[in-house]
Amino acid sequence: MKDTLTETPAAADTAKIATRDLQVHYGDTHALRDVDVDIPDRTVTALIGPSGCGKSTFLRCLNRMNDTIPAARVTGEIRIDGEDIHDPRIDPVQLRAKVGMVFQKPNPFPKSIRDNVAYGPRIHGLTRTRAELDEVVEKSLRRAALWDEVKDRLDALATGLSGGQQQRLCIARTIATSPEILLMDEPCSALDPIATAQIEELIDDLRSRFAVVIVTHSMQQAARVSQRTAFFHLGRMVEYGDTGALFTNPADPRTESYITGRIG
Amino acid sequence: MSDQAAARPTSLLNRGDHTARRHAAEARFRACGLGAILIGLAALAMLLTSVLGSGLGAFRQTYIHLPIHLDAAALDKSGDRDPEVLKKVTTIGYRKVIDAALVEAVAQAGIVIPGLTEDDSAGIISREAPAQVRDMALSDPDLIGETIQVRILADGRIDGYLKGRVSAESAARDSNVSLAQLQLADAMVERGLLSLDFNAAFLTAPDASDQRPEAAGLGVAILGSAYMMLIVLALALPIGVAASIYLEEFAPKNRLTDLIEVNVANLAAVPSIVFGILGLAIFINFAGLPQSAPVVGGLVLTLMTLPTIIIATRASLKAVPPSIREAALGLGASRMQAVFHHVLPLAAPGILTGAILGLAQALGETAPLLLIGMVAFVREYPGAPPEGFFDPASALPVQIFNWTQRADPAFVERASGAIIVLLAFLLVMNAAAILLRRRFERRW
Repeated sequence: MKDTLTETPAAADTAKIATRDLQVHYGDTHALRDVDVDIPDRTVTALIGPSGCGKSTFLRCLNRMNDTIPAARVTGEIRIDGEDIHDPRIDPVQLRAKVGMVFQKPNPFPKSIRDNVAYGPRIHGLTRTRAELDEVVEKSLRRAALWDEVKDRLDALATGLSGGQQQRLCIARTIATSPEILLMDEPCSALDPIATAQIEELIDDLRSRFAVVIVTHSMQQAARVSQRTAFFHLGRMVEYGDTGALFTNPADPRTESYITGRIG
Repeated sequence: MSDQAAARPTSLLNRGDHTARRHAAEARFRACGLGAILIGLAALAMLLTSVLGSGLGAFRQTYIHLPIHLDAAALDKSGDRDPEVLKKVTTIGYRKVIDAALVEAVAQAGIVIPGLTEDDSAGIISREAPAQVRDMALSDPDLIGETIQVRILADGRIDGYLKGRVSAESAARDSNVSLAQLQLADAMVERGLLSLDFNAAFLTAPDASDQRPEAAGLGVAILGSAYMMLIVLALALPIGVAASIYLEEFAPKNRLTDLIEVNVANLAAVPSIVFGILGLAIFINFAGLPQSAPVVGGLVLTLMTLPTIIIATRASLKAVPPSIREAALGLGASRMQAVFHHVLPLAAPGILTGAILGLAQALGETAPLLLIGMVAFVREYPGAPPEGFFDPASALPVQIFNWTQRADPAFVERASGAIIVLLAFLLVMNAAAILLRRRFERRW
């Protein structure tokens, strides 16, 4: 294991997330190859690419969710704030509190809306009193633009909300643990255009506090919400740069083919 | 393409051959299903009628109502009512007192039956009756010397006569009961000396010997079964649920866990008598636990129930969507927090149902209990737990098995009555499973 203090790459000093030579295998499948990327703080970074290209796999590496899949093997280096997240001293539970994740399908707990949002602060012991907890719940729901819709029924079952509301609740739930990085795996794929617009607005707002990494299948969405975009193809990161530049003037022919709709 | 076009009727109003065949096939299938259900219902109805028809009588019993003078000269010669001295008078002494009381009561009521000897009239009293009266006198020695109104058991044949099992014709064929006795019984019923009452003792009394079916009850068997169920619940539920949670949520998926999974499934299919032999070898011969004890029965039934509970629990854990686990883990919950805060509550209804069904199965299990000696004739109630777990006891299904082996037809009625009790317990347990499931499901 490398010493985290002396051998930190120069670029990683400024980057929130830095990966070097990242490889992921699922059993015999080499799902992700040689990914080197520096993701800056307070930016929305979009990951695009055809299905099965490894972008969700990459996202799940960042909070070590791949640890929960027995067949997955991750090698290489991932640093968050300069710390190697595979260091044996790092507890994945703490890491996941710092790196929140919103999943593709809204997955609220079948409990009340309040309990959903309060769960993270509770298990991490972030609040001491009931009043503090209520404050965190309200703040998180407000930030997820859901407060006005649910403030009168915080004790109602979260599973009774509409799909878009559920997804915003999941975002509120993730925000409530005060993460520094927000990972979103196609958060809008199950939503209608209006809910999608609400979430996109929300993502743009969240950028002021978090580093947001979002996987999306919609290139329009990537163009709308992100400042940086990475294009993945067949397990490799083909191109990574400013969103505007990548969409208007792609450096790699594969990127160009994908964004013009010829592959994928 | 042209063939198909030709086969298709020109108008939608005409049914083609193909459509007609499909409809016929569906109608046949429906008829088969309906037939299967009807056969099942008919079998159930037959079972219930036969069990209820022959077993309901066990809940009513023929009693003789008599004033008995507890003669101090016969029962307490010393006259100081010393309990130790009173105990020396056996049931034979009481028998004489009761016989005399009956003869007197019959004479007072003005019943005259030609050819009725004193032995005959005494014969309509159960052999258990002297013990009943003796217990009364011993528990309250002041009764001696008094005349008390008692309700004592009538003989099983007389009971059978009142319930229609014994008739004048059948009495003529065997020597168990004489015609004069039956006439006496008729006369006593008329004068209110003999009646069929509710038989609470059937549920509370211990078993009785072959000669006194009228006194046999399920008390010891119910207590023994209850003790075993407590042991099974206390052992099988926590062990089974813990094993399932570990296997399903924590254990690595490899050859070893696959092997364990296959073997748990196999264990569920092992004949129950094999568990009995295992219990005999391990708990009695090796560990030296007492025979006929609920603790051994409970342990054997625990082994038998564990696979059922493990399979049910694993199935309900598997049914919890993985997205719930991911959500909890993604928020920084530990594996254990994810399981105990989110997965387990969602799986609880299924686990409870599995556990109660496993318990119900254990409640009705007979074969393994025969091997560990629970088939013994036990008249003493087991003590209070936990010591009572080590006392000899019977069990409901074993008691049924026992009674069906006895010669007197009165025991057939007792066995059917015991089946009704067992079925009632099973119904209650299944209803509890349904209620619990409903309740827990509403919470989410």
